[in-house]
Order: sequence, then structure tokens, then C-alpha cells
Amino acid sequence: MTNSWTDIRNTDLVVVMGGNAAEAHPCGFKWVTEAKANRGAKLIVVDPRFTRTASVADFYAPIRPGTDIAFLFGVINHCIQNNKVQWDYVNSFTNAAYLVKEGYSYKDGLFSGYDESKRDYDRSSWEYEIGDDGYARKDTSLQNPRCVWNLLKEHVSVFTPDMVSRICGTPKDKFEKIAAMIAETSAPDKAMTSMYALGWTQHSKGSQNIRAMAMLQLILGNIGLRGGGMNALRGHSNIQGLTDIGLMSNLIPGYLVLPVDSEPDFNSYISKRAFKPLEPDQMSYWQNYKKFFVSFQKSMFGPAATADNDWAYQWLPKLDVGSYDMLRAFELMHQGKMNGYVCQGVNPLLSAPNRKKITEALSKLKFLVTIDPLDTETSRFWDNQGAFNDVDTKSIQTEVFQLPSTCFAEEDGSLVNSSRWLQWHFAGGDPPGDAKHDTWIMAQIFTRLRDMYQKDGGAVPDPVVKLHWPYKDPNDPLPDELAKELNGYVIESVKDPNDPSKLLLEAGKQVAGFGVLRDDGTTAAGCWIYSGCYTEDGNQMARRDNFDPDDAGFYPKWTFSWPANRRIMYNRASADINGKAWDSNRKVIEWNGSAWAGYDVPDIVPSAKPNVVGPFIMNQEGVGRLWVRNTMRDGPFPAHYEPFESPIANPVAPNIKGNPACRVFPEDLAAFADTASKEFPYVGTSYRLTEHFHFWTKHVWVNAMLQPEFFVEISEELGREKNIGNGSWVRVWSKRGSVQAKAYVTKRIKPITVDGKPVHIIGVPLHWGFTGQAKKGYGPNSLTPFVGDANSETPEFKAFLLNIEPISGPTV
Amino acid sequence: MASPRAMDIVRVSATSTANADVQFKDEVVKLIDVSRCIGCKACQAACIEWNDRHEVVGTFDASYDNPTDLTPDMWTLMRFTEYENPSTGNLEWLIRKDGCMHCADPGCLKACPAPGAIVQYSNGIVDFVADNCIGCGYCVKGCPFNIPRISKTEGKAHKCTLCSDRVAVGQGPACAKACPTHAIVFGTTDEMLAHADGRITDLKSRGFDNAGLYNPPGVAGTHVMYVLHHADKPEIYAGLAKDPRISPLVQLWKGVTKYTGLAAIAGAVIVAFVHHVVNGPNRVTRSDEENARRLVDEENRT
Repeated sequence: MTNSWTDIRNTDLVVVMGGNAAEAHPCGFKWVTEAKANRGAKLIVVDPRFTRTASVADFYAPIRPGTDIAFLFGVINHCIQNNKVQWDYVNSFTNAAYLVKEGYSYKDGLFSGYDESKRDYDRSSWEYEIGDDGYARKDTSLQNPRCVWNLLKEHVSVFTPDMVSRICGTPKDKFEKIAAMIAETSAPDKAMTSMYALGWTQHSKGSQNIRAMAMLQLILGNIGLRGGGMNALRGHSNIQGLTDIGLMSNLIPGYLVLPVDSEPDFNSYISKRAFKPLEPDQMSYWQNYKKFFVSFQKSMFGPAATADNDWAYQWLPKLDVGSYDMLRAFELMHQGKMNGYVCQGVNPLLSAPNRKKITEALSKLKFLVTIDPLDTETSRFWDNQGAFNDVDTKSIQTEVFQLPSTCFAEEDGSLVNSSRWLQWHFAGGDPPGDAKHDTWIMAQIFTRLRDMYQKDGGAVPDPVVKLHWPYKDPNDPLPDELAKELNGYVIESVKDPNDPSKLLLEAGKQVAGFGVLRDDGTTAAGCWIYSGCYTEDGNQMARRDNFDPDDAGFYPKWTFSWPANRRIMYNRASADINGKAWDSNRKVIEWNGSAWAGYDVPDIVPSAKPNVVGPFIMNQEGVGRLWVRNTMRDGPFPAHYEPFESPIANPVAPNIKGNPACRVFPEDLAAFADTASKEFPYVGTSYRLTEHFHFWTKHVWVNAMLQPEFFVEISEELGREKNIGNGSWVRVWSKRGSVQAKAYVTKRIKPITVDGKPVHIIGVPLHWGFTGQAKKGYGPNSLTPFVGDANSETPEFKAFLLNIEPISGPTV
Repeated sequence: MASPRAMDIVRVSATSTANADVQFKDEVVKLIDVSRCIGCKACQAACIEWNDRHEVVGTFDASYDNPTDLTPDMWTLMRFTEYENPSTGNLEWLIRKDGCMHCADPGCLKACPAPGAIVQYSNGIVDFVADNCIGCGYCVKGCPFNIPRISKTEGKAHKCTLCSDRVAVGQGPACAKACPTHAIVFGTTDEMLAHADGRITDLKSRGFDNAGLYNPPGVAGTHVMYVLHHADKPEIYAGLAKDPRISPLVQLWKGVTKYTGLAAIAGAVIVAFVHHVVNGPNRVTRSDEENARRLVDEENRT
């Protein structure tokens, strides 16, 4: 979230699209009900189904799964055509006026630089024109046809209400009503919040779905404001923490990047990350990259990381491909190239796509280690459970080590919620049986491996042997020790250059924030964005003071919000070019003549003059990007691409199947249904239900009782067409697999008209498997395609093709 | 909501003395704002956890209502209705938390033949006292809302207590505590009526012209009230009674059962005494155990 859960109550308009907040985030959703009850805020829901969120919405419209970009481009087009643009914001705080290089083009669904054989782009033409002074060139009059604004205007012009309706299946009048409601928030004193989740990420163009809304929010001037923002509702209590500390295969903590094999030495890595400002006098915060990186290396390798060995740069792996994400891991396993798998806190047999492939892949492993509090399906993938897990146990030779771990309620530690709050919690009970903390398990594995490397040597022993492991009990690092390490500490005292009698930093102390981190080896920090969470003043994450000046919704003394305890990111943009709040009733920070001050920690140097330094300091330009240059794999703007399995050819680019920049493995390409397939005529989508959390809570009898059994949802119209009665049994299948379920024939799903033909939608909730307290069932991953988003590789779980037929009863 | 609530008993089933002079004071209300409810069932989970009941894992039965009905263990239930509003053409998903309404004039209590099995406190809460319950099911007949359920294994009637144990020590009901959107709120009658007014004004401003409070006069009002978007049509909310009244038969039964019931109890005591003298004390045999098990299983299936 750019903002926080508590800030949702400050909004005028909530748009829930690509998510289902009431259902999947019921506790956070309370802030929507507060905004409605106390501010008269309106709630819009756009979703293929009439969801629980829709049940309390002011306005609902259906949409075909996988067509969000067309819808949002339609809204942007509406705003441009009707002059519903927050012009002062767009002119001052976005890159609308920046000129794009000659050579850029977009035609028939492809941007310039496409290489079909690689399914990838040469992105060099997606750059700004740079002037002789080294700064980006602009046309503030917005007349130049190559300025970002005019390119955008052209790019979205095809998305008229008729085209939106044709692609999305949203009735034209409903689309127009929503576009008009959203456009009203272009007024400087109106704010709209976007609440989204996996309904946007789990697409082959998931990142660009979010980009499209971020662009709209910039055009409306809604980023940085109270009640505004792009608010990602994270699906696990700590999934924000997962991305923060770099558990993606291509990241290291704090959104630093793992080196790639074209960066053979430290200089080649760090020189690419100079992040020189593209505007005079602009703050480009990533210029501090080296300080954060060196401090990370000092945290990892301690005294063994020195200036002489380039801070142990060579001990980091160098990626030879874009990422070793979950899809690639299972592809390699399937090819027999990955022989061992440690599966900690994840249940891929149900959460990775194309279950048949996952089962085959796991069956080829030499060993599988599962570390989980629950008896997951993955740890029992070899167990024949009849139709629910139809495997030939005897033929599977994989050795499985099932290590029971503790759950969150049995350990101290912090969870990072969607608001970026690091909230410390304390163990509420003792773990059952042989369950051990994950940290204990990892320490056991590590210390044994280190001993083996020390004794026997190995190909590259240093990263293991020299790993900094300073814990009091090396076999059991404590949560407080780890948290202090993430915050960062001073290794060597640093004297004040202006007054050597004074110390800037004192050895052994916790750092107060990332602002003091250094690239000379005197500081260490495990995750720079967490600096400030555990300082000399103690554990800031454990703070529980709900002090909230003027009921503004910031709660500055409640836990710790990264970065720097800031509650709203880009908050400098809450004020106009001169530093005065756009809405005097919803101030965040203002310029008082000499400094920025207000309710929140300024997202800018407090003394930075308002009309000199732009608010988006993480960008070299200091402005928000309508155009993202070369930072995304699949285009500087989003584009409408159909899902890889679609009931129609792409109306705006008929020759393009799916997202052209997605990585697709050859076998998986063959396992996609044809476009407009007669064999698979229905659109499938998957989702959560409020009674359950993923595949965990089916192990709890209360939750199992509240939603006991797998079902699929279809419209009354499809029920009639296929002679399927409510509650009767059906078989549902895709080109990859088949499931049996009871059908829920409901008014909440309606057929939609897409490109002139009726399209039926089948809803597949995701909470059932073959372990736990609930009735045995299936996950949607038995059906879904093995392809991910072009940028993040998040699997396409939200749009695929299916068929359905009535059956007399289940096979067990 | 900090101070303990008055819990004097003002009415007792099958006991005429306490009925003579009902003096309510510090009355409480649980207000359920259907328009804020998202159907998350946190109230159901909190209810079954707080009251330490155990409902079985059932099956999917063509709706989100789980279990499919109120049971002796599940005292509150979200009932989901897909309603196509003829005046707007829009679908509305009406989600109503069903359970005991705690009538000011409780039909269950009036129908109950077992002395002290049902009581009403001065704050308005109607409570079942299991020790005194004979499991006859008359409370079910007496209830205009079809709420109490009889456990075949226990031979007792059960329903929502409005968490009288929590209220007695100044807490709100478990369901209200768990409700994430504050759709369920709890307080004094005056506080709740004022809160409802605000909600109704908001709903009217959003085009729900018939928004209103459900507090039916036929049972002298209730201590569980609803804010409804369509107060003119309560029946669209999974059959919420439009004009609930205590069945006139209840008054008739009351007169008769008061004496026949007592006579039956006295008779049973005599029979049991004779049985004990003749056959000795009861021993549980294996077949008794098996029969009991079968009964439990049957009950769980239904």
C-alpha cells in the first residue's frame, strides 16, 4: 500500500477492482465501511462475480476476467476526452511533458524492439530524449507529439465505451457511470483509493494491470493524498515482509537486486546503479544504492566483507536467467534438472499451476523437504487418495522429509501487513509435538552444512563458511537478534568531519535510520528499508500507542511503518507545487516557509524547496511515471492483451495470443486451449472465500464447518443450458486437468456479451485438498495454465478456459 | 459498555408469580445493520468458540448457509438471499444474521411448561436454563421466529443467550466483538436506536427509500434489532417474519400444560422410583452406548 488501512477511512471513493476486500480482507474492510458511514464515501466494485464486497457497494459492474487494462484505459480515455484531469498535478508531478526518443512505436499490439524468437523486447527505444546537459528533454506546453501525454492520449484513444464493452463485456451504460464517478475525483479536493489484490496480479499481464490504475491515479492527482493511493491488499499476513526482505529469486533485501552474470565484478554491478537525476537539483534517492548494498554485505558476511574483496560481492550468486521463480523451478524439476527441493511454508501441489505437471515434477525429485506447521498436500503428494490424488505411490521414489514447524501464534516476531507496518507479536502458546521454529530448523541445517564445508572443503566454501552468524546460541537465533540485524548497527565509530571530537556514529549502537548507512564498511543493515524498526530506543515494532492527532488516521506511534515510519508514501504530492495541501481538510504535510511539516514523516528532505525538488524521489526524474521507460519487460505503457486462454481473439491486436513478452515453456504452450476454443468454451476464474485462508484453515474444524466442501459457481443461464441443477454434481475440465464438484447455480454470475457473443463464466474457489478437517476436494490449480506475468512470473490463476458437464455423482 | 448489566430475573417460565410485575431496566439491544454486513461469518465462529459448542463439518448444500440451518450447537447463522430488485433491476445479495431476537414478550417463555427453564432478565435478555429444560420442544412452537433447536442427545433446547454471561460482567456479545465491520453493535436501547437512526439516514441518502428499523410490535419489540435497506419487505431477508406474533394457541397450551405437564413429571418420578426399587440402579450397557452413538451420528447428519 502507498497508504495504510487506517487511511482508507479518509477517502471519497473506493474502487475495488482486481480484489474482493470484504471477502479476503474483512478486518481491513472495516475502514471502507467507516469511510462510507462517516464521510459518505461511495464504493464501486468491478468484478466478474457479484462478490461479498459488491453486496455492500454503491455500484457494481461485471467484467470479463483478464480485461482490466481495456477497462482502465477506457476510464483514462474518458478523463482525457472530458478534461477530467488534475492538471496542476499532472504538469508538476508526472512525466507527461517528457519527450520520448525517436524510434519508439506501438503497432498491432507490439511496442518497438520486439523479438518474436526470444519473446522479448530490445527496450532501448523506450527512453526519454536526453539533452546536451544530461537531463531529460520536456515540452511543458504538451504540444510535441512525442511527449508522454500525447503518446498516452493516442495509445488509449481506441478504448471508447463501445470498445470497452466489446472487450470486457461490461454493459456500456454501467461503464460510463463508473468512468464518470471516478473522473469526479480529478478535483484537487477529492480522493479515490484503489484497493486491489490477486485479482490483478494473477494474470499474464498482472504488473501492467496495476500500472494502468497507477497511471489513472496520477492523472486524477490521487497519489500521496490522504484517502488516495494504490493500495495492494496483501494476501498473507506477512507477504509484504516476504517481498521486503527479498525472498524473490532475483532480489536481495530492501528491493536491492541480485547480480546477474553480465555483472562479473562489483564495479559492473554498482556502476549500473548510479541513478543520476534526470532533472536539475532533483533528489534521486537510489543514488544511495551503494550504501544500502555495502551495509547489507556487512550484515551478511561481517568482518569477511572488506573494501579489498569488494564487500564479498563474489559470494553472491549471479543469475544466468531472469529469475528462478516457482514456475521455472517446477519446469526444471519436470525436466529432471532440479533434484532436491526445500519447500518452506508453501504448498505448491495446490498453489502452483497445472497440478499434473507439479505432481510429475515432485515425483522426479531425489528428495523433498517440507517445513510447515500443517500436514500439507505437498508433503503427501505421493499418497494415493483416490480421485483426489490419483498417483501410483509405488512408482514414486522421492524421499520426503516432513519437518513440522511452528505457526505465527507460537512464536515471537513481526508481521509486515499491507500498510507496511512491522507489527511485533508475542507467542500465544507452546508448539505442539515436535514442531520447531523455522529459525531453529534453518540454523540446524546451516551449522551442519558449515561444519561439513569446514571439514571437507567444497567448490565455493566461502559464502557458507564466512557467513556472519553472531547469535548467542548459534543453533537458535532469537527473533530480537534477527530484528536488530535487519534494522542495522554501527560496526566502527565514525567521527564528525567538521568536529573530530564528536562522533557521528558510535560502534555497537543500533542505527536510528537508513539515512546514516554508509558505503565504507562502518555500518551494517540486513534490510535498509527496515532501519528504524529496532533502534537504541528499543523495539519500535512493539509500540502500541494509538495516539492519532486530529483523528487524521496516521497513528504515528503505532508499531513501525517502513520507510522511516512514514505512513503515506509520496506524501509531498499531497501539497501543490508551492507546498500547500490540495485539500485543506486533509493535510498530510505542508511547506511552512522553511521546512516540510505535518502529520506524517515527509517523503522528501524536510528542507527541500517545494518548487525545486519533485515528490517522487525514488525516480530519477522526481515525478510519477505515466511512461515507465525501460523498467518493465512488456512495455512502457500497458497494452490490452487477452489471457493466454481466451474466448475471443484480441479485438485490438488480433494476431497476438496472450502477452507477447511472457516467458512460456514449449510444453506448456502446447497445453493452452485454442483461442475461441469450441472444446473449452467457458471462461474460468479462481478466488478465495471469506471462511477460509488458502489451504490452511481447512485444517481447523470451525472454518471447515463454515464452508465445508468444494463447489464451483455458474450462472442460472449456464445451468439451464447444460441441465445443471443447484447443488448437483458436475465435472469441470481444462486442457490440463479435470475436477468434480457440486455446482452452485447463482444469480451472482451472469453471462456477458463479449465481441458480440455470449460468454459464460465458471467460478472455482480454492480452499480444498485432501488433508485437513474439511471434505476432500480439489484446487483450481488442477485446471490452470502454467504461465506467469511477464514481470513477476505470478501465475495466471484468474483467467483460463474450461468445459463443464453434469455427472450423476463423484468418483472417489 | 463498561459497567456490569442488571441481570435481575423478571420472568420465569411456567411460574405465574414472577410474571405479574415485569420491570425492565437498563435494557440492552444488539443491533444488526444488514447494510454493513459482509457475510464473513466471524460472528458464527465467535459464537461457537465462546459457547464451546461443536458443530459437525457438513456438506455444500446449494448455498453459502453453513450449517444449512440453526442447530443445537450453531446458535447464529448467516442466511444469504440473492434478490433481484424489481424497481432497479439490480441484484442485491441480502445477508442476514439469524438467531434469537430476544423478544420483549417472549413466546418461547410463555409456551414453556418447565418451571425455570426459560427466564427473562430485566435487561431484556431471554435465556434458557438447561438444568430445568425437559426438551419438550414447546418453545419451538411458541417462537414466532423458529429459533430454538432441541438436541436429541442432551434432550435440551438451545439458542442464542445474547452472551448473558459476558453481558453480566460488562462485555458485549461475542458476535459483536468479532464483527469486523461493526455491522453488529451492542449497547443500551437508547444508544442503539440513535445509532440506527444515523444508519437509516445514510441508507436513504444512497437511494434506499424504505430503509428502516426492524423492531416488531407484535412481540412488544425485540432486543435484537435489524437495520434493513428494505424495511417494508422484511420477508425478502430469508423469510424474516413480517409481522411476528405469538401463536394464540400458546396461551391455550399454557393453561392446559401447566397442570398436565406437572402431572406428567410427577408420574415420571413415581415410575422411576418404582423402576429403581424393582430393577436396581441403571447400568450403561454396550448396546446403550451403541444406541447413543447412533443417535449422535443421526443428529449430526441432519
